Amino acid sequence: MRFLPLLLRNLLRKKARTLLTIGSFMAALLLFGLLAIISRALSQGVDIAGADRLMVRNRVSLIMPLPKSYQMQIARIDGVRAVTHASWFGGVYQDRRNFFAQFAIDTETWRDVYTQYRMPDEQWQAFVADREGCAVGRDLARRFGWQLGDRIPIEGTIFSGTWELNIRAIYEGERPDEPTMDLWLHYDYLDERRTIIKGYVGWYAVRIADPAAAENVAGAIDSRFANSPFETRSETEAAFLSGLARQIGNIRLLILTVGTVVFFTLLLVCGNTMAITVRERRGELAVMRTMGYPQGLLLMLIMAESLLLAGLGGAAGLVLAKLITLGGDPTRGLLPIFYLAPGEMALGLGLALGLGAIAALLPGLAALHGRIVNQLRGV
Amino acid sequence: MASTDTSGNTSSDSLIQVHGLVKTYRRGSEKIRVLSGLELEIDTGEFVAFMGPSGSGKTTLLNLLGGLDVPDTGSIRIAGEEMAGLSGRALSRWRARHVGFVFQTFNLIPVLTAARNVELPLLLTRLSRAERQRHVAAALELVGLAGRMDHYPRQLSGGQEQRVAIARALVSDPDLLLCDEPTGDLDRDTSEEIVDLLRQLSDQHQKTILMVTHDPRAADRADHVLLLERGRLVRAADAQAAS
Repeated sequence: MRFLPLLLRNLLRKKARTLLTIGSFMAALLLFGLLAIISRALSQGVDIAGADRLMVRNRVSLIMPLPKSYQMQIARIDGVRAVTHASWFGGVYQDRRNFFAQFAIDTETWRDVYTQYRMPDEQWQAFVADREGCAVGRDLARRFGWQLGDRIPIEGTIFSGTWELNIRAIYEGERPDEPTMDLWLHYDYLDERRTIIKGYVGWYAVRIADPAAAENVAGAIDSRFANSPFETRSETEAAFLSGLARQIGNIRLLILTVGTVVFFTLLLVCGNTMAITVRERRGELAVMRTMGYPQGLLLMLIMAESLLLAGLGGAAGLVLAKLITLGGDPTRGLLPIFYLAPGEMALGLGLALGLGAIAALLPGLAALHGRIVNQLRGV
Repeated sequence: MASTDTSGNTSSDSLIQVHGLVKTYRRGSEKIRVLSGLELEIDTGEFVAFMGPSGSGKTTLLNLLGGLDVPDTGSIRIAGEEMAGLSGRALSRWRARHVGFVFQTFNLIPVLTAARNVELPLLLTRLSRAERQRHVAAALELVGLAGRMDHYPRQLSGGQEQRVAIARALVSDPDLLLCDEPTGDLDRDTSEEIVDLLRQLSDQHQKTILMVTHDPRAADRADHVLLLERGRLVRAADAQAAS
């Protein structure tokens, strides 16, 4: 603490340079924050996928259906605790840009498999009791200002007509970063009204007794329906969601590449700043050495200055990214999880501080290396 | 008393005892011997001026005595402590405790006030903030700048800057003040003020002061003037005779 006034005075010595360096860190960490948000959104659910859940879909493609009659057959396979199903509804609320996912679900079994969603029991019962009812996620309800009891029109794109639904329940996730941007409606209602693919579902979700036996159970399910007109492909929920994310491209690699380039550039910028700063102060550092300041302490002071720059800029960038998330998903639903987790903020800050330390280390060592008398000659 | 006894015999109660000091620098393939077997004794409280032509080894000697450089051979014993065996870190600690430096170009840190500049050596001690402030105020009072504590170097005259530098050198109460041409950048009147101040520190506070100078008027105010020629010390009387 006793060196803080010296550190602050040194930082304010070249105000423009200090501000520009802080600005570089801020911009880089803002980008890091946004990339982390997008990465999380595009790999949505992979992190929170249930280890004890399998997804069973048509082997040909996810958009191909499976017979509803499979539900009972899957339930009888060893290791299966519960089976539910869901179907993509694909409706539009008011405008095509208001995209959000809608699933027709089996209300009888849904909560046996998806145990992580939270809502008052009376709301769930109200939803179950109303065939035209629906349950919506908290974030979705907040986005459109929906309240319980509201009647909302959804224009069908796969299943024609206007589907008027009553909001009977608003659910929340178990974790704050869990997506709550979906709408659930009754499968029975959908199957009753639609004129095509009656008696079919989109996919099955299977809860298994032992996550360690996931591969065996998945194999047993696929074997059960092998050589049938509707062969299945079963995999863990995490693998299923990763597969969905991969359809967009190798997002993680792209983000990693962009992030690496940005941080490397930042390292050069900050390293250059610190090199100039330290070179300007070589004489002062030599004089401080004559006072008895050990080289290690002077190196720490140089690094502390760089860390302060990195910390201030990094924190500002991350706070800015966080503030952007508080404003909600700017893509109006394409990024259902729009959340910067504390762990990602800590990682960003750690990276910034690490860069700050590396950027100061080499110029600092170079400036303090050698005999004092040689450095004093330059004063 | 300052002496240049070439017999190698030194009295054990001297503050500084230098024996057989040799220092060589290398310039490319050429070896330049700056100090050649130098002998020196200086007692506590003495004010000694070193004179001599450029390249005679004055500043090199000062650097060696201040622990900024190490001799090739020879011994430097200050306050009973042999410096040859000290590591770089130990030398740093030794400098912080025993030596204050004053430079020709003042070398104040421009972004710190006079008080903060003077406080710098004290940041290495365990003194509390209040104690540090008390020491700083006393040092600036001693050099006649009590009213300039919050001034930045750019707001001070050259003489005042050098006074701040002297206060900074004094604030940790070192045994030894090493001044490398402290009046070199000052006009005549200001130079006299600075030398007066050094004289006062020697007389009233028993500080041992070694001053390198080219200014005979400044040297005249010292207790002893020692002339360096080709890496060896010549007695003051000889120096005056030579000049």
